[in-house]
Amino acid sequence: MQTQSTGQQQQDGRGSRPVVREPSRRVVVTGLGAITALGHDAEQFWAALVAGTPGVRRVQRFDPSPFASQVGAEVLDWDAAQHMDPKEARRNDRYTHFGFVAAKQAVADSGLVMDGEDRDRVGVMIGSGIGGMYTYESQLAVLAERGPRRVSPFTIPSLIGNMCSGMVAIEYGVRGPNFGLVSACATGSHAIGEAMHTIQRGDADVMIAGGSEAAITPFAYATFCAMKAMSEHNDEPARASRPFDRARDGFVMGEGAGILVLESLEHAQARGARIYCEVAGYAASCDAFHITQPDPEGRGLLLAMSRAIEKAGLAPSDIDYINAHGTSTPYNDKFETLAIKKLFGAHAQQLAVSSTKSMTGHLLGAAGGIESVISVKTIQTGTIAPTINLDEPDLPDCDLDYVPHTARAKTVRAVLSNNLGFGGQNAALVFKAV
Amino acid sequence: MADHKTIEQRVKEIIVKQLNVNEEQVTPSASFLDDLGADSLDTVELIMAFEEEFREEIKGEIPEADAEKLQTVGQVSDYIKAKAGA
Repeated sequence: MQTQSTGQQQQDGRGSRPVVREPSRRVVVTGLGAITALGHDAEQFWAALVAGTPGVRRVQRFDPSPFASQVGAEVLDWDAAQHMDPKEARRNDRYTHFGFVAAKQAVADSGLVMDGEDRDRVGVMIGSGIGGMYTYESQLAVLAERGPRRVSPFTIPSLIGNMCSGMVAIEYGVRGPNFGLVSACATGSHAIGEAMHTIQRGDADVMIAGGSEAAITPFAYATFCAMKAMSEHNDEPARASRPFDRARDGFVMGEGAGILVLESLEHAQARGARIYCEVAGYAASCDAFHITQPDPEGRGLLLAMSRAIEKAGLAPSDIDYINAHGTSTPYNDKFETLAIKKLFGAHAQQLAVSSTKSMTGHLLGAAGGIESVISVKTIQTGTIAPTINLDEPDLPDCDLDYVPHTARAKTVRAVLSNNLGFGGQNAALVFKAV
Repeated sequence: MADHKTIEQRVKEIIVKQLNVNEEQVTPSASFLDDLGADSLDTVELIMAFEEEFREEIKGEIPEADAEKLQTVGQVSDYIKAKAGA
């Protein structure tokens, strides 16, 4: 295969070898689905986001009193059996409910009719950072209290992190590339990027891709609290997630799913589909530094961002908006800002950066899914969702234009979306107007 | 008020709940796998549910060898009645 290099040698963490761009098919977004604390579909979700609505409240699903962190962005008023076959709902974990229903929304939004498709060329790549946490926890309790013979035969199918992809395939009878993918909080971004590659290299024409997570459970809270990773702003839940702010003290857990329908450009054009934008670039990298702490020099993230932009055929100065990882942890927001400044130079002060986790909470493996939905809606609507709760930027470390408090109208041609996971894994996606 | 229900009624209620089927479908001759849409995992869960519901009658657990023979609604009711009467 003919390849061409468009990269350049860099000594500052961008990698010693140039990026290779392979001549490949263009991939576009044609459908969106989202379930979050801010709404049970993509339109509701987006409307709440641009209104600057906080999705974080005191946790309702269990009594959070014994936990250091008592806040979360829960999906409320949700009954999976209203959206899927009740028997299937009972047999599956909450994380699969979210991903499955969001996938159905995305397919409906795309206008795809599977009867008219070559089902061997439609695939699914929905990841989850943790998988079926509810199932895991509830069945462990059954084992402890009632013994091994009472443990549900649906435990393993429910808790494995690839089941959501399997369920979506069964629903549509689509037999193309299909698996789950895990990189902690970068999962959803990796899933969309790998799905883009799957189409680019010709293994599928359509991919249903994104992330799903449902980890607002006592065990998950106990474990993340033990790491001192979660916000303890318990007296003001709506103000607990405050990326880039001086008073930030940890992430706030969210839950839900964000799913895209991706297609090759030719496939989308051939069926006259409404095209939102292009997924133009993707890159994955690793800090190779520490199990949970990001590299203080931001090298791994810088590598992912720069390669994703080059893969998209763009220069850093072409990026209008960054949907930041912005977890509201002391380390992330500081080091992510540093990496952005290193890569973008003077343009770092020109572009808009916001962390929508200030409203959605951190959906772990679904973050990349919903933030991809946000990136697409940003290009479509010319509106940038804000970073709420940013009362006092943590200067001098956090000194970019984070679009504080209120949404902003701006023509956006290219968006960079970052997500980083425990393990040091980074993923960056570039969405581009067509 | 579970005490006033017949074994057949209690069996039927469990099946309706576990398999998400209509009560009318749950006839004595109905097969879990062939008529009620169950798969092998459903049947394992059904046996567990019967064991829970009929703890008094069965006086223990349903042995694997017995469970394999319980393929229709009527077979389950008969099995429980036989155990209860024993």
